[in-house]
Amino acid sequence: MAIGWYLAVSSLVFCIGAAGVLLRRNPLVVLLCIELMLNAANLALITFSRMHGDGDGQIFAIIVMVVAACEVCIGLGLVVALYRRRLPIDVDELRELHG
Amino acid sequence: MAEVLFFIAGIGAVAGAIGVASLRNPFYAVLALVFHLLSLAALFLLLRAEFVAAAQVVVYAGAVMVLYVFVVAYVGGEIRPTRPPNTNRVRFLAFLVAGLLFVELAIATLGSGLKAIDTDGAPLPAEPGFGSPEQIGELLLTRFLLAFELASFLLLIAAVGAVVLARRRGGLGEAADERTAPVREALRPPGTGTMLEAVQGLPHEPVTAPADVHESEALAGRREGKE
Repeated sequence: MAIGWYLAVSSLVFCIGAAGVLLRRNPLVVLLCIELMLNAANLALITFSRMHGDGDGQIFAIIVMVVAACEVCIGLGLVVALYRRRLPIDVDELRELHG
Repeated sequence: MAEVLFFIAGIGAVAGAIGVASLRNPFYAVLALVFHLLSLAALFLLLRAEFVAAAQVVVYAGAVMVLYVFVVAYVGGEIRPTRPPNTNRVRFLAFLVAGLLFVELAIATLGSGLKAIDTDGAPLPAEPGFGSPEQIGELLLTRFLLAFELASFLLLIAAVGAVVLARRRGGLGEAADERTAPVREALRPPGTGTMLEAVQGLPHEPVTAPADVHESEALAGRREGKE
């Protein structure tokens, strides 16, 4: 398959993730949509790695996976802390830092 | 053959992504993300990134998603709505931004004039397997050693941060949960001699005399019985 098709799938998945971040108000689903965007970036990186025929892009994708795992860790810790403190689990309600 | 596999995996990835962004129940959204990740791993395999595909399935679709499922089960999937749902204007703006982003990304990638964009990619060298664990490991431990070490350090910081964030704090109606009894305390039959019982007496019989008098009388009685 031509390289361009993979890039098209990647940008489509990235936009679906961005729309999900904008639309959904459950922080768990917002985290899932951020995962979608990171995965779309991973697909683009691996596509470019295949295009150039060397492995640097794959290393980059693995590091992105590490960063995504850290983000999931911290994000889920925040959700659990919110739940423990009986705060509303809704990103529009939690606007104390919003000013 | 590669075309058929690409379209199956690509449609699966896009459908999984739409499911994540649109399903009401977060539990089903997590399952849709697992499906999306598996389709993406198939795409990685088509791009000859074998090690990354395996890591995607094992680490991402396995471990990270299990973490998600645990938290969804703990928090309770369905969140009661505290505010009315999004108005149509917000919805329209979100779709508009996403559509414009897609147009921009399509221009940035497909319209970039890359010469290789219509090809299958560079011809691969036969001898060192492209995307194999050997190649990835060699790159990680030689050229990208600093990134590798920083990634491990980042994982450590994230683990410590998650423990600090999610630990139990005092206050807000949690005081009852804070008191914990050791296991020994539950297994031991009453009246078998702890320091607390020596001071307070057994919980079911009221203490009438001070403890030392009581004890000395008992000792005296035992001594009389012996004699």
